[in-house]
Amino acid sequence: MAAPGMEPERYELDERPAHVFALDRRELFRVLGGGVAIALVLRGDAHAQESGRGRRGNQMPRQVAAWLHIDAAGAVTVYTGKVEVGQNIRTSLTQAVCEELRVPTEDVELVMGDTDRVPYDRGTFGSLTTPVMSSHLRKVAAAARTTLLGLAAERLSVDATTLEVSAGRISHRASGRSLGLGEIAAGRELLRTVLDDEPVADAAQWTVSGTSAPKVDGAAFVTGQHDYPSDVTLPNMFHGKVLRPAAFNATLASIDLSAARALADVTVAHDGDFVGVAAPTLDAAEAALASIDAEWSSPQQPDDRHLFDYLRTHVIEEPQEGGFGRTRSEVAGALERGFEAAAVTVQASYEVAYIQHIPLEPRAAVASWDDDRLTVHTGTQRPFGVRAELAEIFRLAEERVRVIMPDTGSGYGGKHTGEAAVEAARLARAAGRPVRVVWTREEEFTWAYFRPAGVIDVRAAAKADGALTAWEFHNYNSGSSAIGTPYEVANRGVHFHRTDYPLRQGSYRGLAATANVFARETAVDELADALGIDPLQIRLRNLGVGRLRDVLVAATDAFGWAGRAKTRGRGAGIGIGTEKGGYVACCAEVEVSSGGEVRILRATQAFECGAIVNPMQLRSQIEGGLVQGIGGALFEAVRFENGRILNPRLSDYRVPRFSDVPEIQTVLVDRPDLPSAGAGETPIVGIAPAVGNAIFDATGVRLRALPLVPNGLPKRA
Amino acid sequence: MKSDARSTADGSNGAIEPAATIRRVAEINVNGADVAVEIDSRKPLLWVLRDDLGLTGSHYGCGEGQCGACTVLVDGTPRRSCITSVGDVAGRVVTTIEGLAPNGRLHPLQQAFLREDALQCGYCTSGMIMSGAALLRRNPSPSRGEIVRRMEGIVCRCGVYNRIVAAIQSVAETPPEDDQ
Repeated sequence: MAAPGMEPERYELDERPAHVFALDRRELFRVLGGGVAIALVLRGDAHAQESGRGRRGNQMPRQVAAWLHIDAAGAVTVYTGKVEVGQNIRTSLTQAVCEELRVPTEDVELVMGDTDRVPYDRGTFGSLTTPVMSSHLRKVAAAARTTLLGLAAERLSVDATTLEVSAGRISHRASGRSLGLGEIAAGRELLRTVLDDEPVADAAQWTVSGTSAPKVDGAAFVTGQHDYPSDVTLPNMFHGKVLRPAAFNATLASIDLSAARALADVTVAHDGDFVGVAAPTLDAAEAALASIDAEWSSPQQPDDRHLFDYLRTHVIEEPQEGGFGRTRSEVAGALERGFEAAAVTVQASYEVAYIQHIPLEPRAAVASWDDDRLTVHTGTQRPFGVRAELAEIFRLAEERVRVIMPDTGSGYGGKHTGEAAVEAARLARAAGRPVRVVWTREEEFTWAYFRPAGVIDVRAAAKADGALTAWEFHNYNSGSSAIGTPYEVANRGVHFHRTDYPLRQGSYRGLAATANVFARETAVDELADALGIDPLQIRLRNLGVGRLRDVLVAATDAFGWAGRAKTRGRGAGIGIGTEKGGYVACCAEVEVSSGGEVRILRATQAFECGAIVNPMQLRSQIEGGLVQGIGGALFEAVRFENGRILNPRLSDYRVPRFSDVPEIQTVLVDRPDLPSAGAGETPIVGIAPAVGNAIFDATGVRLRALPLVPNGLPKRA
Repeated sequence: MKSDARSTADGSNGAIEPAATIRRVAEINVNGADVAVEIDSRKPLLWVLRDDLGLTGSHYGCGEGQCGACTVLVDGTPRRSCITSVGDVAGRVVTTIEGLAPNGRLHPLQQAFLREDALQCGYCTSGMIMSGAALLRRNPSPSRGEIVRRMEGIVCRCGVYNRIVAAIQSVAETPPEDDQ
């Protein structure tokens, strides 16, 4: 469940379970074994876990042993609830440990996201791994190192200050004696408490962090050896398929399972509106599914052509029961006085479409039951959240559920929920053997969730010299991330309005920052145009000294903004933003053909997030965010009608490809004096406004909707 | 809004024209070995590789030949195995990612991907490497423009495209002046 302080647009965390299984009584007792002990996991309890007030609390375990173990041979195992979905924290966390423990990276293995083996973690999202988990594991490793130093000093009968730690060994230079860390630890539990202020190296002293260490286990990925969740195979495993409703919010009116039940080796599960099959091969499961005759009834539902009207006319005024400050408002100064004092006022509405994450690996899960224990291998950014989901739905104590999270084929915020895990578990129970469920691309498009659509109304005003005097900003539905303005303006009214919404929606890379930064940076550009001021100058006019100003200067310098030539059919634009400790400034140059085709020629993106932990992989995140952002900026949009997605496939939903990617110049701004922040999200927010503003610069056409040019530049009337 | 479903220059977006109708396939050649199978000839090669032969290095991304995660080589040419029936590869040589470095030594392109950090989640990587390897065999010094045209059919949602091009270029012989 969404917790206090969490962004309101994480709608997926606050949903009721998709299925309420009746769970045949005999099955229930067979699964639980004798001496039934059912622990009911209440929604409140699940919520408490997310907020940190549950049994585990939000304090990380204090003992080194919960996080790190060294065996007799010196192999280091680190346990973390964070998971790897392509952001390469497996590598950066390894670097953090190696920095403090002074062992080679080859000696360290991370166990990530196995709920039986790692401490509780709320989930891998929110750009939190680097600032929170990385800094914590540094302290854990430092605590381990000093503990081992103490043990070595005893063993060697010397003072600990005469010992050095390097390359996995502790040495006494004077006598030439040394011990391997494994010899000292000898596989024992390290019961040292990690201090909040455990001394760790400053970034300026780093020799492992801060380097471009290559992707740990990279060889397994380039050889096809890595087992993704959809590759996991268990003995006697069947393949599962789920009958999908004909539309959203549909109920099963009638069903004929006789043909499916007649097939040899096919298990059919029918529990309420859940209908699924399991069979020895994928072919057989698909054939069984196809044999099912089902009728669904669903209510009339909105379509995308009326989406933005729908959002405007379905504002939810009352706070939701159980919600936590869902409405985000910030008011300062006196707005109307600010408007009166202005030379120009811009008033505009911006519209942002629904888009889908499209993780290249769709949802996948392999579930198996062993008496009353459920084990599920699945790709998710919240293994403990999925564990809670499974425990609730199957009415098990959480200790009876194990979720294992193999490094997964991406998520981008779209894999916070455990649908495939629940489906596989239900089918495995019915079949009495392990079942693997892998969603098709159409299923991943349709039955997961979308980045919320939104309407944003902006009214902004400035004096003749560009100084902002009033800023009024209303976001409907998409969310409150980056809703505040980083520009200095005394008179502000910033509001997020919850609305009813037609599609299942939730977290996305950058959340609502992708929408809010687009609206804000376009509005600022509109003010600049109204005043005849350069877009860089108006931003500098309203930004104090600080990190955002620094990246803006770095990007525009590298881009050559000041001296840029004005070429017919070409234009340049700027978009900047800050979220979650990351600061981004993007400059883009576009070319617009006489036929209205828009091409991004080049982009420069400057990014700063404190001390850089891995420059090469930081570049990958910055470029990756920009490239993914090109899709949402230019052409991605979910089309829907009456509870159906109209374009749930790659042949109908355009994503960025090789030819869509411009020359990208990435400027890393390193601030070793500042704590490291995350880079998974903020790099996505600058490209859409930069390109929109560039299109205006090139053509004089102001575009206020994302996607900007799904069919090329609109023809002028 | 319809995206343009691109067809790459080497035709790797589509299935091969079927030869004579084959009902059941008894043997295919995968990674240098003749493998006995017993499969309906219409079954997509991707599922034969993954489920019948346990070669899970080729991946499912879309099932309609639009993302390239399933790319394997058939007689050295990249094909989307999700829309290529196993009947159409009978009598031909199939190479998967598992067969690229048979002696455990990484192929130069695999090494280049690691060196250039040309992967994040890695799910598209098999398809990218197989297509890249075929491209280089066909043209040892491709321009950036040619790389983009030939690889266009493969999606990298993590957005690693420019580094994939860099990786391919790093193992190419000196490329000609860019023809972009």
